Amino acid sequence: MRPTRPVRAAALVGLAAALAACAPAQTDGASPGADEMEGTLRVWLFSEVDQEPKEAVVDEAVAAFEDAHDGVTVDVQYIPVDTRAERFRAAFNDPSSAPDVAEYGNTDLAGYVESGGFLDVTEDLADWEDHADIAEDVGATAQVGDGTYGVPWFLGARALYYRTDVFDDLGLEAPETLEEVVEAGRAVREEDPDMLGVSAGGAYTYGFLPFVWAHGGDIAEQEGDGYTSAIASDEAKQGLELYSEILSDDVCPPQTCAEMGGNDSVQNFVAGNAAMTIGGNFNLNAVQDSDIADDAAVVPLPGTEPGSIAPAFAGGNNLGVLAGTDKRTLSVEFMKLLAGKEYQREMYDAMGNLPTFTDVREEIAAEDEDITPFIETIDAGTRFVPATGAWAAIDAEGVLPTMVQRVASGDADVDEAAEEASASLDEAFAGE
Amino acid sequence: MGLLAPARRGPGAASPGPRRRSLEPWMYLVPALAVLGTMLVYPLYQLVLVSFYDYRQPQVTGAEPLRFIGLDNYADLFSDARFWEVLGNTVVFAAACVVGTLAVGGGLAVLATRLSPWVRTLLFLAALGAWATPAVTGSAVWLFLFDPLLGPVNQALAGLGLEGFTGHSWTYGKWSAFGLVWSQVVWCSFPFVMVTLYAGIRAIPGEVIEAARLDGASTGRIALSVMLPMLRPAMTIVTIQSIIWDFKIFTQIYIMTGGGGIAGQNLVLNVYAYQQAFASSQYGLGSAIGVVTTVLLLLITLVYLRTLRRQGEVL
Repeated sequence: MRPTRPVRAAALVGLAAALAACAPAQTDGASPGADEMEGTLRVWLFSEVDQEPKEAVVDEAVAAFEDAHDGVTVDVQYIPVDTRAERFRAAFNDPSSAPDVAEYGNTDLAGYVESGGFLDVTEDLADWEDHADIAEDVGATAQVGDGTYGVPWFLGARALYYRTDVFDDLGLEAPETLEEVVEAGRAVREEDPDMLGVSAGGAYTYGFLPFVWAHGGDIAEQEGDGYTSAIASDEAKQGLELYSEILSDDVCPPQTCAEMGGNDSVQNFVAGNAAMTIGGNFNLNAVQDSDIADDAAVVPLPGTEPGSIAPAFAGGNNLGVLAGTDKRTLSVEFMKLLAGKEYQREMYDAMGNLPTFTDVREEIAAEDEDITPFIETIDAGTRFVPATGAWAAIDAEGVLPTMVQRVASGDADVDEAAEEASASLDEAFAGE
Repeated sequence: MGLLAPARRGPGAASPGPRRRSLEPWMYLVPALAVLGTMLVYPLYQLVLVSFYDYRQPQVTGAEPLRFIGLDNYADLFSDARFWEVLGNTVVFAAACVVGTLAVGGGLAVLATRLSPWVRTLLFLAALGAWATPAVTGSAVWLFLFDPLLGPVNQALAGLGLEGFTGHSWTYGKWSAFGLVWSQVVWCSFPFVMVTLYAGIRAIPGEVIEAARLDGASTGRIALSVMLPMLRPAMTIVTIQSIIWDFKIFTQIYIMTGGGGIAGQNLVLNVYAYQQAFASSQYGLGSAIGVVTTVLLLLITLVYLRTLRRQGEVL
């Protein structure tokens, strides 16, 4: 049943016309420009495994905000972290279904900003006194280029968990340098081959990066508007070399460890199968609820010299205002309220989220010594991933895990793997 | 009806003009065309279109202008050593899956014809169970079976005295990981082959086989020269289906190797496209990979159909 000639000709002409006239869909990115002082303020926050305490604090803040602003209601939605990328893309594509204020993971920000998704609130924050109590390195997690796109809401920091009973049996002291971390791991596994010396996996980017930073290396260097890879520098390679020593048969065999990300790494420690791991303050509850609770201790992950602390990754979430909002003033007010000192403090009590204000952290450190190593780590200075939209691609393609895994599996030596990763990074930074 | 029909077609009745006759088939086709057009042609058209643009998230939201870059995405792709490695993985892995599925499915179909009815029912029930299991669930279960420490497979092997398998990771080595995924893919796709071929075998008239046997043909000879040619239409369908399915494999690789295995060693085209297009928001490049996959599949299918036609089979 063939189409007749005229039909075929018409189809061809139509196709050609369609090809010539059309381009892929694009949203009109113009912001509405209005600044309403009444109505519904829509807020997106991330849902959590155990969400009730978070909701309680947020509800309190919402009630306070609604009392202070007549004719304003706040509608809070909890969105799953796993599908945040799709949610935010959809919100940017269609401002009418987007929230006014949203919580976001700080490593995602640069990509959002490139898409024009968030408002630069530098001016709105200029006259906010409390803002000065956020340290510069922490504040940097909400900045892209010259703009500030929100307020850091809470931090997560990683430190070294170790087993006091295992260390005592072997007469080991808590390690004072990164080298000693590896050596202690080796000593433990030599004594007990069923135990992982240091449970730190090949896909555990934020466990690996402190090794690079401690040696004076970095992922990339900023040059003008762009970044160039620095992962193949001598300093970065020393970090990679040392980390890959962990991923060897005498500390954490690649068969078991090469594939592990952060969660798996910590899980081994919680299950009692590892003498050490690099874990976050957000893992503290899991460790305290486990069988090894009484035998676990935490110290800041040491640097290369005794007494130093390896720079930690400044992970955490921020609150920001979306570019499509028609309630700018209200949104900024709400952001300042929920991310302010009072509610950060309450969020710590409810969820264990580390506050971003230095003075609030000091208060907490004075009250709870379990959290001290993490606060010391943050106060010693944190680092961040390159603030560019390319990070999303780098992360998705697993450039850094691939580098570590190639060394761990013996596929490539340190130089080779670092050069390759460096090329991939530069390609991603070039943005093509 | 039968009696009245000739009268209606008589010379006196209004005959459908040539115009109406040429339109009529199209009217019947409209629903199918509408569905195909919206569900297949339009997305495919968008896929091709996007692959000619620098189209990333900033372009979608309108933060940056759209840029027509012609074949640059394809040039990038073809000059990327990673792409060729992934393509090689995909071809070898898909071929192995097709062969495995056909061998297992075909073998069991033949076996089914010789089993007593209730054993056959059991076999079919087991196969249908595998068939009905969602790929995500199946993958997760297989992953658990082969877990280094907790998996029953390693525990059984260690129990048999093979101590080396305690803590052995099946997903660590490239080929071991592919092998594990292969077994899962074969497990969940052989039932289709088995059921189709079983139906095909059952449809072969008994007289034909009997005639061949009377002529003195051996069982092997009958299978090769009589049954196989008669099964060819069914074989064609299951082969093409398997090629397409296995070439487009996604779920199993994504779940069982954690998104492409250690250092991306187990990436196949579809997972690679997902990684490029969605996870890293490079829709243009991802679309180019999609187009390449589609073209490759069309080519493979065409070549296969042509070879069949050369052999004298009319489809």
